[in-house]
Amino acid sequence: MSQSTMTNTQAQSASPEKTAEEGLTRAVSRQKGESVGRNRFLLSIYLVFTLLPIYWLINMSLKSNREILSVFSLWPQALTFDSYIKILTDPSWYMGYVNSLTYVAMNMTISILVALPAAYAFSRFKFIGDKHLFFWLLTNLMAPPAVFLLPYFQLYYTVGLFDTHIAVALAHCLFNIPLAVWILEGFMSSVPKEVDETAYIDGYSFPAFFIKIFIPMIRSGIGVTLFFLFMFSWVELLLARTLTATNAQPIGAIMTRTSTASGVDWSTLAAAGVLTIVPGILVVYFVRNHIAKGFALGRT
Amino acid sequence: MNKVENNKAWFLVLPMLLLVAFSAIIPLMTVVNYSVQDILGRSAFFVGSEWFVQTLNDSRLQSALMRQFAFSFTILAIQVPLGIAIALLMPKKGWQASAVLILITLPLLVPWNVVGSMWQIFTRGDIGLMGYGIRQLGYPYNITRNASDAWITIIIMDVWHWTPLIALLCYSGLRAIPEAYYQAAQIDRASKWAVFRYIQLPKLTNVLVIGVLLRFMHSFMIYAEPFVLTGGGPGSSTTFLSQTLATMAIGQQDLGPSAAFSIIYFLIILAVSYVFYVTIMNMQKDKADNISGGA
Repeated sequence: MSQSTMTNTQAQSASPEKTAEEGLTRAVSRQKGESVGRNRFLLSIYLVFTLLPIYWLINMSLKSNREILSVFSLWPQALTFDSYIKILTDPSWYMGYVNSLTYVAMNMTISILVALPAAYAFSRFKFIGDKHLFFWLLTNLMAPPAVFLLPYFQLYYTVGLFDTHIAVALAHCLFNIPLAVWILEGFMSSVPKEVDETAYIDGYSFPAFFIKIFIPMIRSGIGVTLFFLFMFSWVELLLARTLTATNAQPIGAIMTRTSTASGVDWSTLAAAGVLTIVPGILVVYFVRNHIAKGFALGRT
Repeated sequence: MNKVENNKAWFLVLPMLLLVAFSAIIPLMTVVNYSVQDILGRSAFFVGSEWFVQTLNDSRLQSALMRQFAFSFTILAIQVPLGIAIALLMPKKGWQASAVLILITLPLLVPWNVVGSMWQIFTRGDIGLMGYGIRQLGYPYNITRNASDAWITIIIMDVWHWTPLIALLCYSGLRAIPEAYYQAAQIDRASKWAVFRYIQLPKLTNVLVIGVLLRFMHSFMIYAEPFVLTGGGPGSSTTFLSQTLATMAIGQQDLGPSAAFSIIYFLIILAVSYVFYVTIMNMQKDKADNISGGA
């Protein structure tokens, strides 16, 4: 296509070289315009695919159960917020969110605090067994929670932590600490070592350097790491449900209550589902500019 | 980066080590302990490898393992090309880039059991958009009766859920390619395919290995989504490894066999992951060698 445009312009014009170049640029940009349009179209199809199930969940949450079961409609005919009101006013419901957020916050704090120095060690120093230790860490990231279900239950029961937030927070450390070390190590390795050396020459002690200089330098990496810690702790349910009974029950376990002998309370189930997505959206908004790098574990 | 040899670094690693060990080694040793003993009430007998032999010959577990591999390879075969394609389509800058990024990330932030509930609501024949729509087209779609419907639905659900991970990884890999590469390609009149094959794909291998590793691991642990969506049925057609194990350990309290099964399960993942790990490490070493060789 660009070829033919070029020959046309060449034939018609007096100064062939210059216009040929213009013709080429125009052809390229037209091609680009077409492909941008097509790209947008294909991407929109995918986005519709992504959003449709979520839309349907929202749709269901805004209908009454009677409407859900009697008529099929693409949007609520009689808009109702009853399910949301029920969840947000009944402590046995909203405490589920509080419990989930509590153990997620605990887990994020613990994980980041122990992962920061460890990641620094892996990114800056060689020490005996470092490679083995790193691989061992990764194996924990890969351990299926189902494998640890029973021993966890027994372990936390024995030490008296069963049905507490901290039990779930500690259990989630199994995969979250290795993940945090892995991501942070990537971000830390992209900071030149000269920074450390200069700081020591300037008379900083290690803790002072680490807190005052190094951590501010990798704060976007820390933000992204926190996002991942939040994500994986928030979405995990198997361990959270096994380690809790009533006091620290996560929202995911409480949701099973909607399914009773008399049928499923679809509207409440949908509303509870929608509310579990909200914290994620809030968190992802803050790290949107760094998230892509985070997904590559700081390694691009 | 040249690392300094310093064994005091162990002090920096120690708190992390203690915490992870508490969550990993004690439970793992418990599992090992159970796997070689027969526990009857308060007394335990050493049975050696008996549970392992029994587990490896158990047809229920063998079929769960086969289903698991079939599932993992299917979703990888769909998600990796699709993820790359989406990454190539995503806008590169401006508010649209941020908006698309947030929208694409959404499925990753939904708790796994809610993913199951969401798709249950979405695919039901009476109230679900997808289920109702397909039935209107004349196909008697039913995931609780028809095993292949259930399979396909779980695959679509997993594609919906996890393709964003691959897409975001590739997107960040693509962002790291200097603009000069594309300009050079334009001067050479390289075709789109050539740009993809010789510029973009080589730059993506690093992130793709991480992506495939993470996806393989997570698909091997899949539990909550099919559990909520199909309950593992119809029959046991969508019962994957984790669910088989959880039923055995918690439901039936078969401590010995389920512990032996846990260890076999873990070893499979460990073996595959080790291959990936060595690949990643070698790639990073090659990269470092190339940089130092060029300097």
